[in-house]
Amino acid sequence: MENFDITLLQNIAYIFAAILFITGIKMLGKEATAQRGNVISAFGMFIAIIVTAINIVNPFVVLGGILLGAFIGSVIAVRVKMTSIPEMVALFNGFGGLATFFIAWSEMVNANDNLFQYLLVILTIYIGGVTFSGSLIAFGKLSERLKIGKGSLVTNLFISFFYLSLISILAMLVLPMIGGLPFNFETIFYIYLVLVMLGGVGFVLPIGGGDMPVVISLLNSLSGIAAAFAGLILVNNVLIVAGSLVGASGLILTIIMAKAMNRTIGNILFVGYAASSASPSSEQGEVKPINAEDAFLILENASSVLIVPGYGMAVAQAQHVVRELGELLEENGADVKYGIHPVAGRMPGHMNVLLAEANVSYDLLAEPDDVNPMMDTVDVAIVIGANDVVNPSATEEPGSPIYGMPILEVANARTVFVLKRSMSSGFAGVQNPLFFKENTRMLFGDAKESISGLVSEFKD
Amino acid sequence: MEIYILLGFVLILSIYLGLELISKVPSTLHTPLMSGANAISGIALVGALTLTQDTFLQTVIAFLAITFASINVFGGYLVTNRMLSMFKKK
Repeated sequence: MENFDITLLQNIAYIFAAILFITGIKMLGKEATAQRGNVISAFGMFIAIIVTAINIVNPFVVLGGILLGAFIGSVIAVRVKMTSIPEMVALFNGFGGLATFFIAWSEMVNANDNLFQYLLVILTIYIGGVTFSGSLIAFGKLSERLKIGKGSLVTNLFISFFYLSLISILAMLVLPMIGGLPFNFETIFYIYLVLVMLGGVGFVLPIGGGDMPVVISLLNSLSGIAAAFAGLILVNNVLIVAGSLVGASGLILTIIMAKAMNRTIGNILFVGYAASSASPSSEQGEVKPINAEDAFLILENASSVLIVPGYGMAVAQAQHVVRELGELLEENGADVKYGIHPVAGRMPGHMNVLLAEANVSYDLLAEPDDVNPMMDTVDVAIVIGANDVVNPSATEEPGSPIYGMPILEVANARTVFVLKRSMSSGFAGVQNPLFFKENTRMLFGDAKESISGLVSEFKD
Repeated sequence: MEIYILLGFVLILSIYLGLELISKVPSTLHTPLMSGANAISGIALVGALTLTQDTFLQTVIAFLAITFASINVFGGYLVTNRMLSMFKKK
């Protein structure tokens, strides 16, 4: 009887936790309530963990694990620089996936006489494992520790592992239904675990840095789905509800990101830019460089300025000087807006986070649909380390690999400054005709130094 | 088998609910939303806590699951909170 009461209490508490998760996620979707939403969701998590911990098996293992995890997680969270947020999200996400991988592994022993349970375990191991090793690769790519090119031998090897892992999950799912697995099951099971991990590596390794916003969102979605499946295995409603919410939100972000690139998710994951027919744009003119002094003279007379940041701003850590420049321009009487493309940077909303860190008010940030119609009233558009998201080929050249992608149409502004380190093309490997336009001026150099140069011109 | 049907209901309804909740989020909040959702996926911790620990292998697996899920939960919520505290309107 006592046991029953605890289970009942836990289930009631799980309902409350689920309500808090739902409320929390809803509030996360609005600027004004987002922070409270996160706290509410954390409170839901707290309740769920506490009531589960009432009747735990082994307090030392449980408490030890929680304390160790809490310590590591907190240290990482407090110390991480805002520019490193994309890789941190990838890493945490991978750990969630790994936890579900272990849960499913552990539950394998209970699945021997229950086919449905067995199928769930095999599936959950796959999703959790691929989420983990895939997220680790995403982490490596985003933090630029891992530099293995598409098409290299290693990449191709792991791509074959990915296909092998797909074959093996099919075999694991189907064989037991048509008369059992050959050989010793335990051996096969361990080989499966290894193949799943290698498969996750092969899944993410060939995907390029510019496509990372899509990959991160997708992995985020997968970790939620893995948790929901783990909930099915353990017959635990709160895992199912929370996991599904995460799975759904990740899926929506993935779709938004893919739309912002005008590509299908399948194309991003399995094809990449390289395979699209690249038509070399032959007509190129001369680029017109400009120095900080002349750029300042133009900016001083501008009454409307649009700042368009990209990955280059993140790399140069230039967000603080960018904010300073924005404020100086405003003091000078100019109307300053920031044009933010959804896939600028390496994860959804990457630029927004950096500018928020630099104290830029979020109502100054505008999306392409808002700024494009009034682009011809903009005196100066300052492009800071962005490339593909302002490439006019997307609207002008039907043959271009990025044709059809919604862009920030800065070429329609009166003057365009492009801050860039060199003339290399962007991630997509597509030449950018913007650089050769009549109204474009190139300000070469590190983004932070170039902006600092403008700022000191203003102060003199 | 009946219990799985019931759980399947919960699964499907929750996914639909999630899709409805998130469908119109301003791009400013994409990163915090992702990071906050990521912290919620640390709910796997609740599952990890209920794992049986009869054998040594199971105990090790449970410990690892609990540890990694905890990193996900604590790290995820803290970093999301840190990020959101920077989002201000002036």
